[in-house]
Amino acid sequence: MALDSKVPKGSIKDKWTDYKNHINLVNPANKRHIDVIVVGTGLAGGSASATLAELGYNVKSFAYQDSPRRAHSIAAQGGINAAKNYQGDGDSTYRLFYDTVKGGDYRSREANVYRLAEVSANIIDQCVAQGVPFARDYGGLLDNRSFGGVLVSRTFYAKGQTGQQLLLGAYSAMNRQIARGKIEMFNRHEMLDVVIVDGKARGIIARNLVTGEIERHAAHAVVIASGGYGNVYFLSTNAMGSNVTAGWKVHKKGAYFANPCYTQIHPTCIPRSGDYQSKLTLMSESLRNDGRIWVPKNLEDVQAIREGKLKPTDLTEDQRDYYLERRYPAFGNLVPRDVASRAAKERCDAGYGVNATGEAVYLDFAASFERYGKEQAKIQNISNPSAAKIKELGQEIVRAKYGNLFQMYEKIVDENPYETPMMIYPAVHYTMGGVWVDYNLMTTIPGCYAIGEANFSDHGANRLGASALMQGLADGYFVLPYTIGDYLADDIRTGKITTDSPEFDAAEKEVSERITFFINNKGTHSVDYYHKKLGKIMWDKCGMSRNADGLKTAIEEISTLRKDFWENVNVPGTASEYNEQLAKAGRVADFLELGELFAKDALVREESAGGHFREEHQTEEGEAKRVKEFQFVSAWEYKGAPKEAILHKEELVYENIEVKERSYK
Amino acid sequence: MNLTLKIWRQKDASTKGQMVDYKVTEISEHMSFLEMMDVLNEQLVNAGEQPVAFDHDCREGICGMCSMYINGEAHGPDRGVTTCQLHMRMFKDGDTITIEPFRAASFPVIKDLVVDRSAFDRIQHAGGYISVNTSGNTQDANTTPISKHAADEAMDAATCIGCGACVATCKNSSAMLFVGAKVSQYALLPQGQVEAADRVQNMVAQMDLEGFGNCTNTGACEVECPKGISLDNIARMNRELMKASV
Repeated sequence: MALDSKVPKGSIKDKWTDYKNHINLVNPANKRHIDVIVVGTGLAGGSASATLAELGYNVKSFAYQDSPRRAHSIAAQGGINAAKNYQGDGDSTYRLFYDTVKGGDYRSREANVYRLAEVSANIIDQCVAQGVPFARDYGGLLDNRSFGGVLVSRTFYAKGQTGQQLLLGAYSAMNRQIARGKIEMFNRHEMLDVVIVDGKARGIIARNLVTGEIERHAAHAVVIASGGYGNVYFLSTNAMGSNVTAGWKVHKKGAYFANPCYTQIHPTCIPRSGDYQSKLTLMSESLRNDGRIWVPKNLEDVQAIREGKLKPTDLTEDQRDYYLERRYPAFGNLVPRDVASRAAKERCDAGYGVNATGEAVYLDFAASFERYGKEQAKIQNISNPSAAKIKELGQEIVRAKYGNLFQMYEKIVDENPYETPMMIYPAVHYTMGGVWVDYNLMTTIPGCYAIGEANFSDHGANRLGASALMQGLADGYFVLPYTIGDYLADDIRTGKITTDSPEFDAAEKEVSERITFFINNKGTHSVDYYHKKLGKIMWDKCGMSRNADGLKTAIEEISTLRKDFWENVNVPGTASEYNEQLAKAGRVADFLELGELFAKDALVREESAGGHFREEHQTEEGEAKRVKEFQFVSAWEYKGAPKEAILHKEELVYENIEVKERSYK
Repeated sequence: MNLTLKIWRQKDASTKGQMVDYKVTEISEHMSFLEMMDVLNEQLVNAGEQPVAFDHDCREGICGMCSMYINGEAHGPDRGVTTCQLHMRMFKDGDTITIEPFRAASFPVIKDLVVDRSAFDRIQHAGGYISVNTSGNTQDANTTPISKHAADEAMDAATCIGCGACVATCKNSSAMLFVGAKVSQYALLPQGQVEAADRVQNMVAQMDLEGFGNCTNTGACEVECPKGISLDNIARMNRELMKASV
């Protein structure tokens, strides 16, 4: 099947408006007879559920957590971008579009990104109307901060809990519809397959995670909003339950999976402390507004710090290497995430890592304490303030901005970041790859949509900070509600979809058989044993830098591990009860397939772009080097084992932006 | 360190539960409490036993899913943290740690340490929202200035993660800190004024219907709240309720 992105004709500025003016609509009376399933209740799924229900569709929403409010969007810290230009610093729709395409290393689809930038301002209006308590300045207007890879301040925030507040906003919109009976909420439920009838997505098979019951749910369309697959690495900043299963199941039923190798390794996370580690914790990128990143200039100092003979605060300015400011004077500490992560890895690989494992760099706020402190002394009319007073005043400002992050750091690391620099190291955070979708956000299965992190569309090979929240809400509030209507307009005469069909029988049988297999296998190793092994292969060979030999080995190792898993996995308990191990077994089984496709995709992509860094393709200064021939989206078609997957290419055309070398120097 | 764990085991909602003793060894002080539980569960799975079921997800103190009652305190002995942020450095070698689910009649046990907190969702369905459609066709976000003071106070209330520690720790199993926080967030913002009276009445009515107790000003909820939600929110809710009924 040839890939058709269905991007409307016309100038980029008018595409979305023209599109909306010409699509088919469903009249309100008919919407009452149309059902939509939404899997996942994060920013994308939650906002889509609420909006579709407001429009009049009957929505069934599914979450594996005990409440929609717990979806992992809640953990997003720093903020959400919008081209409001409230700061008057030259921002515009075009500039947000430009920054996002450039930030994605020219590997995203122009028309989708422009639409995203276009609706971004509406998101802020909408959220304020819903009672989202964004940060404000003393005049009562909304405040902004800067994020990596841009030269304007366009990020709106609510302390270090922006994702939480936006999700609670979407959750409140859902609550209103749940109360009206327009959303039927299925908490503690997991989607285990999609059901295709006459070539169209017409429902799902779900498992009730409390009772173990397998359920059939029918609808006229299915929306996948299940987030990213960072947990294929075992250790990531994702929630423990985050998984690829919903996306992978639709892939196996015909949806192409795009760019699986595009992973974001976030530069500022708390370093790992031991083998028992179950997850990694992010420290928001917003901290790079006020923190400076450095390692000691001299290896002797590194050694002394590791042995505890020297404290970082003992080093003078000229004994420190602020390597981001040195290498990238224009953007400094606010280079994009992929660049910052690789630079940290480069320093640590060269032996400059500052903790026992050698995998940590400093994020230092001393300069900001001083800068803010002096400013405050002036505002408060304190003449000749002492250094201690300045620091105290400055710390108050930093506490107000990032207090919860500093507290979180102290609780985990047991060090006070107000007195000593934070230690940070990159960790897996976000996956730009995902289910392939066209301009309508529809997958290659008619009637099956993918939104938010679950799709691939807007971030190219690297996502800029504060753009994930923007995309999730744009897809759910403002894009999908239009595009899905255009599709459903053909369904007004279809009538209720029945679950009593051979297609549902077959899908349920397949799901049940797999569960029975896990319970009866009585193998020798736990599910986590396999997950950890897979994670290690992924981190070592498909991590921050990749090469052909490593990727080929990874493919073999994952394939062998998968075979071992299906022979020797041990799942305790029964199928008809609350059984977390059983749920996890299914997720890890899917990760074991995705992981191999991921490595294969990374092997095929013989270039470096954004988060995908191939050692064979770098400039003399060690920067990522793109290859023109790879200016396409890799969309993989499922054909059995990942080895058999077939590559389809969507060529990327840039008509409104000049493809240049991506420089932040 | 080596520890003895006394853990509540309960097969399902309808079966009677009991405390069971377990031993874990070589626990690092840098582990989080849940990573210690992971070690126990791996041990149980490898021994062919049923692992201990407990709720957890983000493991960074924001989703509100984790919910253990440790040594008689919701989220354990540390302050300002959820169970997933509690670290083993709070304990010492040889300790016996008692681990129970959040206990409240309105939070029935599902299995072991997992409880059903859907009552919180139902209280939100009753009025935890502003009735604005998500069309995007609202006024510009900067049309209504909101004082920084009010915005910050609303944010403090909105920080609630809905974990239920306030209920678990209250001798009356009162949910007033939770409901007060939501009512306050909207009461402090101009956008919330239009429906303020209906909201507080409906949410309080649902809270009572769910069987949560009343507040007797002990203040344990504020102490145990991992997000430092203030008792002021309960006072504000009571004021709003009073205002709504006159």
